[in-house]
Amino acid sequence: MGRPRDALTGVAAGRRRRRGRGEQPVVPDAQFTSYYGRPVVKRPVWRTLDIAGYLFVGGLAGSSSVLAAGAHFTDRPTLARAGKITAAGGVVVAAVLLVHDLGRPERFVNMLRVFKPTSPMSVGSWLLSGYGPAAGLAAVSAVTGRLPRLGTLATVGAGLIGPTITTYTAALISDTAVPAWHGGHREMPYVFAGSGASAAGGLGLLAAPVWENTPARRMALMGGIVELAAYRLMEHRLGMVAEPYRTGTAGWLVRASEALTVAGLAGAVLGRRNRLVCAVSGGALVSASAFMRFGIFKAGVASAEDPKYTVGPQRERLNARDGSGIGRV
Amino acid sequence: MSQVSPGPPRMGFFTDTSVCIGCKACEVACKEWNAIPEDGLNLTGMSLDNTEKLDANTWRHVAFIEQRKPLAFQEPGVRHTGPVPDLATPPAEAPMTPMTPGEPGDLRWLMASDVCKHCTHAACLDVCPTGALFRTEFDTVVVQADVCNGCGYCIPACPYGVIDQRKEDGRAWKCTMCYDRIGDGLQPACAKACPTESIQYGPLDELRERASERLDTMHAAGVTDARLYGDDPNDGVGGTGAFFLLLDEPEVYGLPPDPVATTRDLPAMWRHAALAAAGLVGAGVIACLRSS
Repeated sequence: MGRPRDALTGVAAGRRRRRGRGEQPVVPDAQFTSYYGRPVVKRPVWRTLDIAGYLFVGGLAGSSSVLAAGAHFTDRPTLARAGKITAAGGVVVAAVLLVHDLGRPERFVNMLRVFKPTSPMSVGSWLLSGYGPAAGLAAVSAVTGRLPRLGTLATVGAGLIGPTITTYTAALISDTAVPAWHGGHREMPYVFAGSGASAAGGLGLLAAPVWENTPARRMALMGGIVELAAYRLMEHRLGMVAEPYRTGTAGWLVRASEALTVAGLAGAVLGRRNRLVCAVSGGALVSASAFMRFGIFKAGVASAEDPKYTVGPQRERLNARDGSGIGRV
Repeated sequence: MSQVSPGPPRMGFFTDTSVCIGCKACEVACKEWNAIPEDGLNLTGMSLDNTEKLDANTWRHVAFIEQRKPLAFQEPGVRHTGPVPDLATPPAEAPMTPMTPGEPGDLRWLMASDVCKHCTHAACLDVCPTGALFRTEFDTVVVQADVCNGCGYCIPACPYGVIDQRKEDGRAWKCTMCYDRIGDGLQPACAKACPTESIQYGPLDELRERASERLDTMHAAGVTDARLYGDDPNDGVGGTGAFFLLLDEPEVYGLPPDPVATTRDLPAMWRHAALAAAGLVGAGVIACLRSS
């Protein structure tokens, strides 16, 4: 990151808007003071591939368990098996990503040292240690045909814990001082649930034959629509802090995700009798979910790196409370 | 059950930036005592601040701010009216001398030693999944290096951007308020080293009283910009154990003007996450219904 050398404090603040594509501002940027343009909060040290990847894989796995359980009890064996295998594979990948991201991977088991409801990461660790074995057992039973009763029980368990795996990660990232994440803490769980459902539906469309894929299509439709709507609501509520979602890498990731979701849903509905169209649409939906999670991750990092997203809303809040500013007696 | 001893009072820092001279003795003393690794000798061009920020290897950071703002009141007490002693450059030829006319007091220099705030409601502590971060008997917040697994959650959770990861060791580090000194009745290294008593250490109640008196004195002297930062138990972090007397708005010093512990909104986040998860179950049921 370049260091602004002319940033006398008391003068201008936020980094200049880069010229080029992207939405043009209707209102000129408000000016905020900062200390040489340096960030106020620290950007997450999490690696993008690990943690954005986990947000996607966890969402896909958790939602797939729901779809798999539904398919299991309504006698759609191919769809059920695909969902169970996705969930089990996903949870293994998730565990690898999470442990790999630790500064001290050999101490991963310290995650289970305490249970803290004030820490979404602690809650998530416990959820994952319940979900992982359930999803694994359900998949093994589905593939081998052994232990059908235990498999059914595990399918139910994974189907019930799975949704929490999909949505707790929204609380995880929102429970930070990162402006673009914390500001969206009300809508983020719905964005994640929608994105996860859409991905699970997409995977079902990819894997199941046309006579079994109705639940996948419905799941994708419900998820995709909720995701798009909740995301728009979040963007609206964020105000100026929505800017990092519209610009830079995050901007194109989110736009690509929205386009892929719309295209995938359209294909899934219009091409419902064609196996190939269904599969391609499903692939589009799965990748849309990944793009959305990476976009949200990148937007959060960008919002933490520029002090204007931290100072601006806080200053506005203070000015609204009393015109004079903090502690001025 | 035997009587519970009341324990020591809450200890804290009051950093009075109006008497900070920017000597950075606090930074050096902190590094020395806590054996913090060297982290680069850079020239940043940010006034005399070559430390830049608080992070894993900097637990005290002196900020330097040069402003085009008048000082409240200046009285040097020395009149340069007599003859000028011999100089290498005759005053008439020098571009600027102490007597060069100009607008008086249109430049001021702010210096402030920043540190971990040891919040009443500490977000870093709340989100720590391993219990490595804990609250001490002095009501300070400390990381146990032998427990921390470097998950990094505390880092974006801190509303002040204090705690950070030490790259070469993977764990999170920050100011401990010299937990290993104050237990023995010693002052933290930074306060001990401060030559102007800009950094004052003591029971928080006493410090708050002292700070409030100091603020009154400054206002009476005409320094109307002076304000306390972090002393209000009703702010977004419940007040801080390390608080400050500032001469300008907090953001000028790189401090957030209205920090909030992120976990204040966690109940709402859990509610929405639970509702969204329930919705997902519902969606699964609806998706699999067979039309009869």
